[in-house]
Amino acid sequence: MFDFVRRRDWYYLLSLLVLVPGIISLIIPPSLKPGIEFTGGTTFTVRFAQAVHQDALRSALSELGHPEAVVQRTGESEFLVRTRELEGSAAAPEIGPAPPSERDTIESGLRQRFGDFLDNNGNVSNRFIDFSSVSGTVSEEIGRNAGIAVIFASVAILLYISWAFRAVPKPFVFGTAAIVALLHDVVLVLGTFSIFGKVFGMEINTMFLTGLLTVMGFSVHDTIVVFDRIRENLRRGEGRDFSECVNASLNQTVARSINTSFTVVLVLVAMLLMGGVTIRDFLLVLLIGIISGTYSSIFVASQLLVTWEERDIQRLLRRLLPWRRRPAPVETEG
Amino acid sequence: MRGWRNRVLLGLIVVLTVFSVVTVWPSEPNRYLPSFIPWPVGQGIKFPWIKIDGGAITFHLKEARAMRLGLDLRGGTRLVLEADTSQAPDVNVDQALATAAGIIENRVNKFGVSESEIQRQGSDRLAVQLPGIDPEKARDLVGRTAVLEFREPKFDESKNILTCQGGTVTYNPPGCDGGQEVAVPVGSITQQMEEGIIWVPAQAVGSDGLQKDLTGRFLKNNTFVSANNVGLPILNFEMTKDGAPLLEQVTNRLIGLPMAFFLDGEPIRGTDNRILAPTVRAVISDKGIIEGLSADDARLLSIQLNGGALPVPLKVLQQEEVDATLGEDSVQQSVIAGEMAILIVMLFMTSFYRLPGALASLALFVYISIVLAIFKVWPVTLTLAGIAAFVLGVGMAVDANILIFERTKEELRLGRSLVAAIEAGFSRAWSSIRDSNVSTLITCAILYWFGDQFGASLVKGFAFTLAIGVLVSMFSAIMVTRTFLRLTIGTPLARHLGWWVADVAQVRGPAAVTPAPGMPPQSASGGGE
Repeated sequence: MFDFVRRRDWYYLLSLLVLVPGIISLIIPPSLKPGIEFTGGTTFTVRFAQAVHQDALRSALSELGHPEAVVQRTGESEFLVRTRELEGSAAAPEIGPAPPSERDTIESGLRQRFGDFLDNNGNVSNRFIDFSSVSGTVSEEIGRNAGIAVIFASVAILLYISWAFRAVPKPFVFGTAAIVALLHDVVLVLGTFSIFGKVFGMEINTMFLTGLLTVMGFSVHDTIVVFDRIRENLRRGEGRDFSECVNASLNQTVARSINTSFTVVLVLVAMLLMGGVTIRDFLLVLLIGIISGTYSSIFVASQLLVTWEERDIQRLLRRLLPWRRRPAPVETEG
Repeated sequence: MRGWRNRVLLGLIVVLTVFSVVTVWPSEPNRYLPSFIPWPVGQGIKFPWIKIDGGAITFHLKEARAMRLGLDLRGGTRLVLEADTSQAPDVNVDQALATAAGIIENRVNKFGVSESEIQRQGSDRLAVQLPGIDPEKARDLVGRTAVLEFREPKFDESKNILTCQGGTVTYNPPGCDGGQEVAVPVGSITQQMEEGIIWVPAQAVGSDGLQKDLTGRFLKNNTFVSANNVGLPILNFEMTKDGAPLLEQVTNRLIGLPMAFFLDGEPIRGTDNRILAPTVRAVISDKGIIEGLSADDARLLSIQLNGGALPVPLKVLQQEEVDATLGEDSVQQSVIAGEMAILIVMLFMTSFYRLPGALASLALFVYISIVLAIFKVWPVTLTLAGIAAFVLGVGMAVDANILIFERTKEELRLGRSLVAAIEAGFSRAWSSIRDSNVSTLITCAILYWFGDQFGASLVKGFAFTLAIGVLVSMFSAIMVTRTFLRLTIGTPLARHLGWWVADVAQVRGPAAVTPAPGMPPQSASGGGE
């Protein structure tokens, strides 16, 4: 039997080491790079038949009246461009053909300068590959609703855990430990994407939020499986004390935790490597979140139960504040 | 007794699976399956379905031919439209949007866009998905002002209305397809005959001497609803200067006959779904009233006459265009990626959990066919996120089995018989399967609400597909796997313990049993029988 609980301080330290860079990145504004769904604006992807330099495209866009355009290279002479919300795309036309929109102006302007576009199959085309536009009013709402959804999900999960574990002594401790593990996973994902945003210019969108909410669900899923075993072992009086009981439970569930995550990670990696580009960020969120979720269910949530029971914090305080030093209780070994 | 029950269950599972596989079998199997095998081509499936429509129950053949693919997989345009109430402050937004949705749907269907989706979103928005349509065309379809026409019934010299009997009445051009035109006196028109009236555009000669259709452009946009002296609603309308002489000619010849209003070639219908066709009582030139409508119908007609089109101007808030070719590649790539992943999972399960793992892989196959069949028959609009949700569901299904098998292994180690260990594995693992799946379902519900709030169909689709996956996975991982296992236990397969657990040594003899600390050592009776 592997002793999971003895080295819990090291696990906390490992978690901290992984979390801290992300937290620092989150503190430095902009913490996350919001996509147009949250700020309003227009993005489009354009692929040129000829080689086009990024700077040339930038200055061309500026000549066409879009000095604010952010140009990002996504492939060989393929660019992702983000501008303010293009006018004309937000008004339905009256009777008759639609007047040339700002989009048309940009498309024809760029074709004049750099030649034909290509579509996804490499055929000559006169349109952007994709185009999406979100007005400011919606984006504000999306941001607000996203916040509500995350808070609502946390509260609902907390309520469910306290209900499911109402029979154990101190259900509040179980609920709190699960939520701390949940926060651990959420902060890790947010931090990672904050760093990605600063380094690779990765933006967050509604799919990112969907991924985040799913990770929350899965994090709790993992934690519940371990807690369920602890609940059962407590009832059966397994182990000499609480920490032994937790340790036994971890040993009994660790194979399941790893095997399950392994299969899900397997599936996600396959999708990530072979699937389409559209959900790449989303899969990345799930991948990071699920690995973190498995780690935190074993090395954060369960350890916190032991930390609480063994009064680690009081002991730490005694060590830090020597005048309160008293003989420490003998550490239990498994 | 028990064996009999399990055999019935197995039969049900087999029937369900065969039905599902036939349903989901693709029409181009070579795109998704190794092409060196000559796969049969899927035909889709037709099956009887009960439709309950306002109390009337009808049976019809429901057809599921192809998966319904979302925009990200098919290409097309998504628009979010908002009712611009600043231009029509007194409009009942709710009703106006419902009408607008109907008009847009009608146009889109006529344009030949299949599987368009028009959904109400929040209080004053519509989300419109138009697969295979570029944004300019989409904006034209959605925002264009429709043609409002005044139409009169086809009638003979003695003012008998010609109705279409034994065939289908058509409006554009007006005619009677495969039936006969039968003259019926106005007074004898029954409610059933109303649908057979052949409505033709009301024409009149303009001041310039030309024959003209009487359309919405001759109507002023100031109709309003008032009440008569007994409190019944009256719709007041006014013609333009050019329009007045036209309407005068039309109403002159129509006295005693009904007149209908057509939008985009379709009759405007009342809340009872009957064509609104008030009878002309007097010659009307510049101003007129329509009586005898219900309050709702009067308001609805007023809105449509005023707008000439959409009862409320719509503003585009959000538009998204996805290139169709990106979609096609994505579908194939994602499907193949999913297949590879599932194969690897099955291999893993079989090598790690031996025979139970192989049976769980079989159950996984059942899970996959059932879920896909639900997607096709419902139909659930499948997006890339939906595919991800589906694959996560595979993970969940496998997770439940892993929980059960780990538990079974433990029970074997404690020295239980194979039968008892398996049964204990299922019953002990149940509470954690239930709790963890409920937490995922809670997340799904919240995600669905979140997606619904701002028409993020991708998010909604993800939540919905994940929820279906979770529910079916509970069925497959528990019911299906258990039935398979119970049936195998009775066969000679159960004699080879090595096929059931990888580390036989730990399970076999009492000597090999290493009791967990704090647990009384038990005598083990390894083996099945």
